[in-house]
Amino acid sequence: MQSLLNWVDARFPLTKMWEEHLSKYYAPKNFNFWYFFGSLALLVLVIQILSGIFLTMHYKPDGQMAFASVEYIMRDVPYGWLIRYIHSTGATAFFLVVYLHMFRGLMYGSFKKPRELVWLFGMFIYLALMAEAFMGYLLPWGQMSYWGAQVIISLFGALPIIGDPLTLWIRGDYVVSDATLNRFFALHVIALPIVLLGLVVAHIIALHEVGSNNPDGVEIKKNKDENGIPLDGIPFHPYYTVKDIVGVIVFLFFFSIIVFFAPEGGGYMLEHANFIPSDPLKTPPHIAPVWYFTPFYAILRAVPNKLGGVMAMGAAIVVLFLLPWIDQCKVKSIRYRGLIYKINLAAFVISFLVLGYLGMQPPTPLKTLGAQFFSAIYFGFFVVLYFTSKNEKTKAVPERVTQ
Amino acid sequence: MKKLLSVVFLLIPGLVMASEGGVPLDKALVDLHNMESLKNGAKSFATYCMGCHSADYMRYNRIGRDLGMTPAEVDGLITTRSESGDKTKSGQLMKIAMQPEYAKQAFGTKVPDLTVIARARGADYLYTYLRTFYIDDSRPSGMNNIAFKDVAMPHVLWELQGLQKANFKDEKDAEGNDHKVFENMEIVVPGKMSPKEYDKFVGDLVNFLVYLGEPVQTERKSMGKWVLLFLAIFGVIAYLLKKEYWKDVH
Repeated sequence: MQSLLNWVDARFPLTKMWEEHLSKYYAPKNFNFWYFFGSLALLVLVIQILSGIFLTMHYKPDGQMAFASVEYIMRDVPYGWLIRYIHSTGATAFFLVVYLHMFRGLMYGSFKKPRELVWLFGMFIYLALMAEAFMGYLLPWGQMSYWGAQVIISLFGALPIIGDPLTLWIRGDYVVSDATLNRFFALHVIALPIVLLGLVVAHIIALHEVGSNNPDGVEIKKNKDENGIPLDGIPFHPYYTVKDIVGVIVFLFFFSIIVFFAPEGGGYMLEHANFIPSDPLKTPPHIAPVWYFTPFYAILRAVPNKLGGVMAMGAAIVVLFLLPWIDQCKVKSIRYRGLIYKINLAAFVISFLVLGYLGMQPPTPLKTLGAQFFSAIYFGFFVVLYFTSKNEKTKAVPERVTQ
Repeated sequence: MKKLLSVVFLLIPGLVMASEGGVPLDKALVDLHNMESLKNGAKSFATYCMGCHSADYMRYNRIGRDLGMTPAEVDGLITTRSESGDKTKSGQLMKIAMQPEYAKQAFGTKVPDLTVIARARGADYLYTYLRTFYIDDSRPSGMNNIAFKDVAMPHVLWELQGLQKANFKDEKDAEGNDHKVFENMEIVVPGKMSPKEYDKFVGDLVNFLVYLGEPVQTERKSMGKWVLLFLAIFGVIAYLLKKEYWKDVH
């Protein structure tokens, strides 16, 4: 066995990679609950790719056959229903863990120097994930798939001059049609997964280059023992692999509750209108994106002008990319930051959740007013952060991590 | 921090609040373990619905297998033939003979496939809809519906239910506009069934439609229990393993 390993190691850095990324990757020993969501996001990615491969074997990306092929998977393919529900629940789970993962970054300042690139790669993952989810949602070819895509693609039409040719180019037709379905399928099963995988590798390589942050926001590499091993670090394997397995099982427990007992997610994950085959001549009474897009959809609708709305929605995402440069506070963790950051972050989270709720609802004058108010809070987070973070009144950061 | 989190979680129920508008719906009694009810529903579906409505994604023999029907009973559901005149086989999809063009002429609209209608509309809606047809001479079929206003479908089940008249009362809403609000039904021409029998008839039919929408429901839930049990046991073992390893972390 050892000689086989030596043979491989002479030709491929197997042991070196194993040590660099697992057995001799020293992670802070004080990871808490919030540190499960990175490995869980990776797990969900694998779940989505595997279940997706099996769905692809039976799904037909054809305007005449797509809806029927999904029901074929649900009825005639052995355990096809299970694979389909795993995949549809996986989409929701992916966004849930990614949002919690990002929130963790905001709390403990994981986006700050020297981890700016980790954050940027992560943001690109988030962007690719949004595209992936949007295109995947068209594939069941139900009413909500169809009209959701119609609405979202038409947003590009708000851009001056290039708007109309751009929407035509995206759809490949004057309306969402078989051509759109076919290309979205290609992008969903090939192009975007490749991009996602590449970005995930970059995200992890960048992370392992600089090392993980932790709830105290202390750089563990500052305090090393005589062998150069961080005093507050423990090897990722076996310590965090065994810990993450516990997280994985708890996650799978909740995941299974949805898959087996509430796969429709109360109509928020598989929308009721999506059990009606797409009909270009009949607009559903209320079109709303799936929950993970609704905060941005609410921001879009909060602006009365269409182009303005599209720009506000774009800005809501772009501004997240700039976070490492907007936040100039030297202290990373919320544990040692000033009261203003705590209040600001709480307001941001609340605005995100309320916007998510408002984005699902049919607009009323009062709700639009609410969406405008909470959009202002959403952007206000970044403005306040920019102006207060430099001179924030922080607490003393300990030299070593606390337990 | 703890406070912040509790605020965050308190807000979550707001996200799952449903937004249903329209008429109040009567509650359908769905029981997918009641094979008698499902079989009755299957027979009614084949007899009364499948003249015009297909169930294009479902196979006859799947119903037979799931509901414990004999091959002869399954055969009894089938009324269509192939172009060459052979009776449709039980392994085939539940298609119908009526062409979409004809439906367009007869009803002015497409006739929807009903395989997943219960998932699109919900059991309560279907249960209410099938029981609230009322006489309305202004409509082409002479009938209108409380749950689905100006519906194109005629009251196919009128022989069973009889014909009923809807009573409305005038009400003012908050803005002072007059509204006609549905009050109750009054049987004008009695049908073959009493109202109670008809409710049960529709209840069985809706029960079947819920099954038809997702035949695997009962299997899914019973499998889910075992999966959760496995994860719970595995979870304990994984936790003990973690504790063992982490003993030496100080």
